[in-house]
Amino acid sequence: MSAKKFTGAEIVIHSLHKENTEFVFGYPGGAVLNIYDAIFQLKKFKHVLVRHEQAAVHAADAYSRSTGKVGVALVTSGPGATNAVTGIATAHMDSIPMVIISGQVPTHAIGQDAFQECDTVGITRPCVKHNFLVKKIEDIAPTIKKAFHIARSGRPGPVVVDIPKDITAEESVFEYPSEIELRSYHPVEKGHQGQITKALELLISSKKPMVYTGGGVVLGDASEELTKLIKKLGFPVTSTLMGLGGFPANEKQFLGMLGMHGTYEANMAMQECDVLIAIGSRFDDRVIGNPDHFLSKPRKIIHIDIDPASISKRVKIDVPIVGNVKSVLKDMNEIYSTLEKNHDKKIQSDWMKTIDEWKAKKSLSYKNSDEVIKPQYVVEELHKVTNGDAFITSDVGQHQMWAAQYYPFNKPRRWLNSGGLGTMGVGLPYAMGAQLAHPEAQVACITGEASIQMCIQELSTCKQFHLPVKIINLNNRYMGMVRQWQEFFYGNRYAESYMDALPDFVKLAESYGHIGLQIEKPSEVTDALKEAFSEKNKERLVFLDFLTDQTENVYPMVPNGKGLSQMILSEDL
Amino acid sequence: MRHIISLLMENEAGALSRVAGLFSARGYNIESLTVAPTEDSSLSRMTIVTSGSDEIIEQIIKQLNKLIDVVKVLDLNDGKHIERELMLVKVKASHQYREEMKRISDIFRGRIIDVSDNTFTIEITGSSTKLDAYLDSLDKSAIVETVRTGASGIGRGDRILKI
Repeated sequence: MSAKKFTGAEIVIHSLHKENTEFVFGYPGGAVLNIYDAIFQLKKFKHVLVRHEQAAVHAADAYSRSTGKVGVALVTSGPGATNAVTGIATAHMDSIPMVIISGQVPTHAIGQDAFQECDTVGITRPCVKHNFLVKKIEDIAPTIKKAFHIARSGRPGPVVVDIPKDITAEESVFEYPSEIELRSYHPVEKGHQGQITKALELLISSKKPMVYTGGGVVLGDASEELTKLIKKLGFPVTSTLMGLGGFPANEKQFLGMLGMHGTYEANMAMQECDVLIAIGSRFDDRVIGNPDHFLSKPRKIIHIDIDPASISKRVKIDVPIVGNVKSVLKDMNEIYSTLEKNHDKKIQSDWMKTIDEWKAKKSLSYKNSDEVIKPQYVVEELHKVTNGDAFITSDVGQHQMWAAQYYPFNKPRRWLNSGGLGTMGVGLPYAMGAQLAHPEAQVACITGEASIQMCIQELSTCKQFHLPVKIINLNNRYMGMVRQWQEFFYGNRYAESYMDALPDFVKLAESYGHIGLQIEKPSEVTDALKEAFSEKNKERLVFLDFLTDQTENVYPMVPNGKGLSQMILSEDL
Repeated sequence: MRHIISLLMENEAGALSRVAGLFSARGYNIESLTVAPTEDSSLSRMTIVTSGSDEIIEQIIKQLNKLIDVVKVLDLNDGKHIERELMLVKVKASHQYREEMKRISDIFRGRIIDVSDNTFTIEITGSSTKLDAYLDSLDKSAIVETVRTGASGIGRGDRILKI
């Protein structure tokens, strides 16, 4: 008896099933109709129909960010694939493990400028970890296996698998490889023990040590190891935007976020420390400001990263440690226990005092108002109403920074935003992905009236899939961050940063079948939030449109090109 | 400084464009790039001549290693190596210049591989600087056409790039 035959489309579905795929976010079209037919017939996972391919990729990305698993998106050829590119580039910049399956025109039509044809592999090449064009049916299963392996191992990232339509209709046997060997790809996992010891010796003998953590701690699930080590060392910690939640914000060693909108104490400590350890972070321009200014202070730098190319890319590193952050931190904890007796914490006490003085500046304080809603106040109240335990997504701009500053995260994978690419429009699809992955959890999307309109069509998806996300629209009738830069650096010339002709967000939400509320007074903020998160609205999407202070700016701010210690602080201070 | 980077990569469609795309996306220089399959038909050997500070070269090597299709990378400048490039030059060689052209090509150990009434085509191999020197020794107006392969390189002695 010959082995059972499967169509290419069925092989795609069975392969995804073998990878324990729970959700596929997608949008059908000509080149993927065979795959959609197989989804319909085989029912191996839940398909989430979005309203635009960009949102499919963002939602799959958020599923991954909030769970640590590989997100899966499915799009058709041509415009399906090009619409997905923003989502793919967003995931690539933040190292999110994803597999994106795209349909392609039939093999015989490739290169003929066929209907809905584009060179998907060529277009996505610079914004993926890797991509594949599958050329024969026998390659489908091994290619999907490779795609998942590459996406989730090493420094994670999105992988595109482009599958021509004719291949999905052919038949072949199906055998999913249990293991895959790529001779050209062997990410380093374990850190060099000698380097780890050297790093620890340097840290415990320093007078002004500082810890700077990034998204790698979250992606590498290394929070526990990090927290354990830092508590033992007793050193101050700061985190990048992407790393928030990697170390509990309620620990007193945590100095808050650093960088362009970091706290005074975090930025000053970064600049003034004598030994810095960077953990799963990459010294990017929004984090260290001007690299020449940063390097004008002598200090030794230790860098743990899984990607060798991240080390000494922008800043010369004295002690590089290449490896999986979790594994390296585990080793550090062990080696520290043998060195602990040599650690005289008294030599660091002056440094701790200095940091306390910087903290006393309270750089995040702002003047609240009875007249007009302060955006910071809304975020603080949201934190209270959700007991600090919600999944928070944001878009990009002022509201993103206020969310990062005023909603402290004590757990990893609770904070979902586009840190690297800075993609406006991710907030709502991110909330969808997080809510699907965590149906019982509270999910809030902190956004602004400009960003939310970039993927507003997804309110329809939320209705179809009963996603009770809460939208916190900090509506200041400006593209706030653009306006802030125009105020600071362009002589108040507000070129095209005003959001004229805004929709009535309440009616808009209602037209999609959701609840909409507009809040104009500070005294109504808390009640509105309570209402949104009430038991009665547990199953409902609630769109809260907060009319906030139009003139509010994000502080502190390190102007572009300036050094970390050259912050502009709030006038209220 | 000029570096010759040699690498082995999977002999697959699109592999070349991944390398070329990396250089253009990150703003690295490419002076020349040659690629051909090796004795193992699943592998291609690529030689890239580039230039940059030590930090940039370090980043180039790391970024190349990061490409999934790249199996091994070697900076030939890290040790002793041999470099060769092949050039085909068509020069004017009308009656009164024929002897002169032959003599110069002999000095550079070039071989005349095609002759017409008015031209010689000369094949010449050597380091890129030798080929430059040959061209410099010719009267510019005598050069009709040049075709260069770009440099290939190999480590000396026991220094090998193989999987």
